[in-house]
Amino acid sequence: MKPIIRTEATRDFHQAKWNEPIIFELHQEGEKGVEVPLANEEVVSTIGDGVSTIPASMSRKNRPNLPEIGQARVLRHYLRLSQETLGSDFNVEIGQGTCTMKYIPKINELLIRNPKMMDLHPLQEESTVQGMLEIIHNLDLCMREISGMGAFSFQPGGGTQALFAMASIVRKYHETRGEGDQRDEIITTIFSHPSQAATAVVKGYKVITLHPDENGFPDIEKLKGVVSERTAGFVVANPEDTGIFNSKIKEFTKIVHEAGGICYYDQANANGLLGITRAKEAGFDMCFFNLHKTFAAPHMCGGPATGALGVTEALKEYLPGPIVEYDGVKYSLNDNLQHSIGKVRAFHGVAQTILRSYAWIRALGPDGLREVAQTAVLNNNYLYHKVQKIRGASAPYVKGQRLEQVRYSWEQMASETGITTEDVQRRMTDFGLHYWTSHHPYIVPQPFTLEPTESYSKTDLDEYINALQQISDEAYNNPEIVKNAPYNSTIHQLVEEDYLDNPEKWCITWRMYQKKVLKPVLIK
Amino acid sequence: MTKKVHPYIPNMVPKVKEEMLKVIGVENSMELYSCIPEELQLQEEMNIPKALTEYELRRHIEGLLKKNISTNDYINFLGAGCWQHFVPAVCDEINQRSEFLTAYAGEPYEDHGRFQSLFEYQSLLAELVDMDVVNVPTFDWGQAAATSIRMAARINGRKKVLIAATVAPERTKIIANYGSPELEFSNIAFDLDTGLMDLDDLKSKISNEVAAIYFENPSYLGFIESQGNEISVIAKEHDVLLVVGVDPISLGVLAPPSHYGADIVCGDLQPLGMHMNYSGGQAGFIATRDEETFINEFPSRLFGIVPTIKEGEYGFGDVAYERTSFAQREKGKESVGTQTALWGITAGVYLSLLGPEGMYELGQTIMQNSQYTVKKLNKIAGIQGSRIVSPFFKEFIVDFNDTGISVQTINEMLLEKKIFGGKDLSKEFPEYGQCALFCVTEVHTKEDMDCLIEALEDIVTK
Repeated sequence: MKPIIRTEATRDFHQAKWNEPIIFELHQEGEKGVEVPLANEEVVSTIGDGVSTIPASMSRKNRPNLPEIGQARVLRHYLRLSQETLGSDFNVEIGQGTCTMKYIPKINELLIRNPKMMDLHPLQEESTVQGMLEIIHNLDLCMREISGMGAFSFQPGGGTQALFAMASIVRKYHETRGEGDQRDEIITTIFSHPSQAATAVVKGYKVITLHPDENGFPDIEKLKGVVSERTAGFVVANPEDTGIFNSKIKEFTKIVHEAGGICYYDQANANGLLGITRAKEAGFDMCFFNLHKTFAAPHMCGGPATGALGVTEALKEYLPGPIVEYDGVKYSLNDNLQHSIGKVRAFHGVAQTILRSYAWIRALGPDGLREVAQTAVLNNNYLYHKVQKIRGASAPYVKGQRLEQVRYSWEQMASETGITTEDVQRRMTDFGLHYWTSHHPYIVPQPFTLEPTESYSKTDLDEYINALQQISDEAYNNPEIVKNAPYNSTIHQLVEEDYLDNPEKWCITWRMYQKKVLKPVLIK
Repeated sequence: MTKKVHPYIPNMVPKVKEEMLKVIGVENSMELYSCIPEELQLQEEMNIPKALTEYELRRHIEGLLKKNISTNDYINFLGAGCWQHFVPAVCDEINQRSEFLTAYAGEPYEDHGRFQSLFEYQSLLAELVDMDVVNVPTFDWGQAAATSIRMAARINGRKKVLIAATVAPERTKIIANYGSPELEFSNIAFDLDTGLMDLDDLKSKISNEVAAIYFENPSYLGFIESQGNEISVIAKEHDVLLVVGVDPISLGVLAPPSHYGADIVCGDLQPLGMHMNYSGGQAGFIATRDEETFINEFPSRLFGIVPTIKEGEYGFGDVAYERTSFAQREKGKESVGTQTALWGITAGVYLSLLGPEGMYELGQTIMQNSQYTVKKLNKIAGIQGSRIVSPFFKEFIVDFNDTGISVQTINEMLLEKKIFGGKDLSKEFPEYGQCALFCVTEVHTKEDMDCLIEALEDIVTK
């Protein structure tokens, strides 16, 4: 056997392709996936069929048109689909900037599957859930240290819901003070998550969006120009999605406070800040962290998740209830918050995620958390230096001053070769790597946002850089390769437009596909 | 002293770190924070306990969890929005797969499996509710209802919303906060004995200014609202949209709301394969007809099937993406973000496993077991098994008023007998006095139910 000498800069990869039918196509009449528990014979003899009590108008006339499939086939189907999904456990997932795709410790997954966690009902008497409440309270204490805030609620089911809860608190706060109608504007920035603006509108606010100055910083003069007695709140991320930290943030919060507004902090980009700088010192009244990002809970294809919502002591009474309290002896649920906005999510939020993040913090300790931040910033700056050397790539705005992520641009490459960031995206999958462009609108032309976190080794980072380098080489030398990608993915290029935006053709479910696509063909 | 390299942070290795710092051109990593003014830099150490090794962590967390008593340890009759059901092993196997667990926002290429699983979930749930369109799941039932109502209000441009007074108070709180300040809510009265909506009250409140009527079936209080058709007729007379919340596990035996005129249907997926997880299993769904005016009002992602350049191959993409806040920020419909996608996939696995017969049998078992419990409860002096006389599904109000004992005391005594009694309704529905909402499902054996009966007999006759 010849020894293997690894010289390739990129990975020789091919994703699984099973060409698995849609689940309905696996139907075989009479097959069964699982036996459901049936009523005991004595119960049946006492009660009868049970369903005759249903009023005729409310009785289902036909069985739902679900497929009948044996258990092994159902399992195989979904296992195959899982293999056609590139989770962050499998790739160097630094391409999904703003989302902090870090290592998800397996020990935490084992812990959440403990029956004393999994099989708890949210309305159980407090004395029977003391362990769970202690975990929630302990996480609350940790989050207070990390942020400087006075109390946390873990009820919001993600960053968007946390932003919505904060907008709700802003409204309730001004209403309580009799200024609810007068204060009808929320100020945000363009390099912040779309949900900041979107949730403010759901709460009935007019949104004012600040654009950056020539160096990429939120423009303080523009802020001064828009604050007024109509300002209800100011919401911002820092660093913003560009990775640039706004060092004048304290002046921003001061200006808004002087105008009578509330300042709330989107800490989705907090991974480079743990133990370094906090919401409190920057003058914020509220903040939230994504436990599924910075605090190592998995993303689960997009939730369930937690937006941990922290407020100053002064705003504690506005939190959605209940919150967990500790009197030195026992843990309890307090649902008597004077100005509470009510509820944003059922019961107590996503308890598994709370447990995972608590476990992650305990695995790191205070020194480890600072090490997370510093290494995330180190990794990012390493990447920043390397990526800018790739032909056609750049990092717009101020030089340096990037913390945990950078928004880059392929503008030059696009103008010189016609290869766009979307083309790069498809090509990256050929190397077993995920790559995301950026949120809309594309203020930075041809954008991509990389966030390497603390989880990846230098070798991992180099693998990602090499793939970008190769694509740049291809774009300049043989752009067709990139244009026609992917080749090694589960599927080939989609033929999208008409099927996704034309009501005559879109098929959101199999029954729509049968009506619109299959049936007309069969009739012919 | 050199720092120990943490297993989660590979680049703490001093040699590697130095090499990287050199590339960057700084002496140490704190220099990279020069953009943070000193007054904002945290000077003291955070008051967080020192790091634990993996083994120590396991001991610590398991030690805390041991303090809990779960529904595995005691017999549970709590429901009220989170329900104990049988979870097939295949559901757990699929949702703990690394691929699904750690995937996020991948493209239709590298995440083909995620897209297909969610498309299949949409399709399977569409069959259960018998409607054409289902979204990628939202946070929970409350959010699904709140969004359904806002969708209705955008469709017809009206601001008033009528809500059945029997809707779960927790959900009403979510709906009210989510709808304010734009929408104006009022309640529709109900009959205390039947639970049914007071149609006269509905008629007195409905007008051409009403955007939507919202009720739930089976209701929060367990009874089946049998006037679906009548409510729908009244709604249509005023071009009001009918939004109905439903427990999907009932739909093997109960008619889906689309059969009695619902325009938008919503509910919670938790019963379909999710463990209760102290409320971490909740996930909301919204379903509509295949009409552009409805589809364009969804804030959620909707995955659609599309061809690829290779014949015989299909892929998936976002239908009508331009409506979302991802595309339009504040000009999009409400907002979209991380919600509960993995529970959608799990619900899809669940429905594939149960199939049409399984869903029917499950509904039947729940009805038989819950009716059995009520029948037995009725034999206990002073206890009325079901305060509401209408047929019910899975949950029912047990009336303890004649026992002279408060629900709180009864539940404390049940707890001593290792039983979690029903939810105390005396605060949410004071008009019923000392009543509790009990939940009986397919997980309850005859022994479990008999144990409750015996315990209550013992409590009230003492």
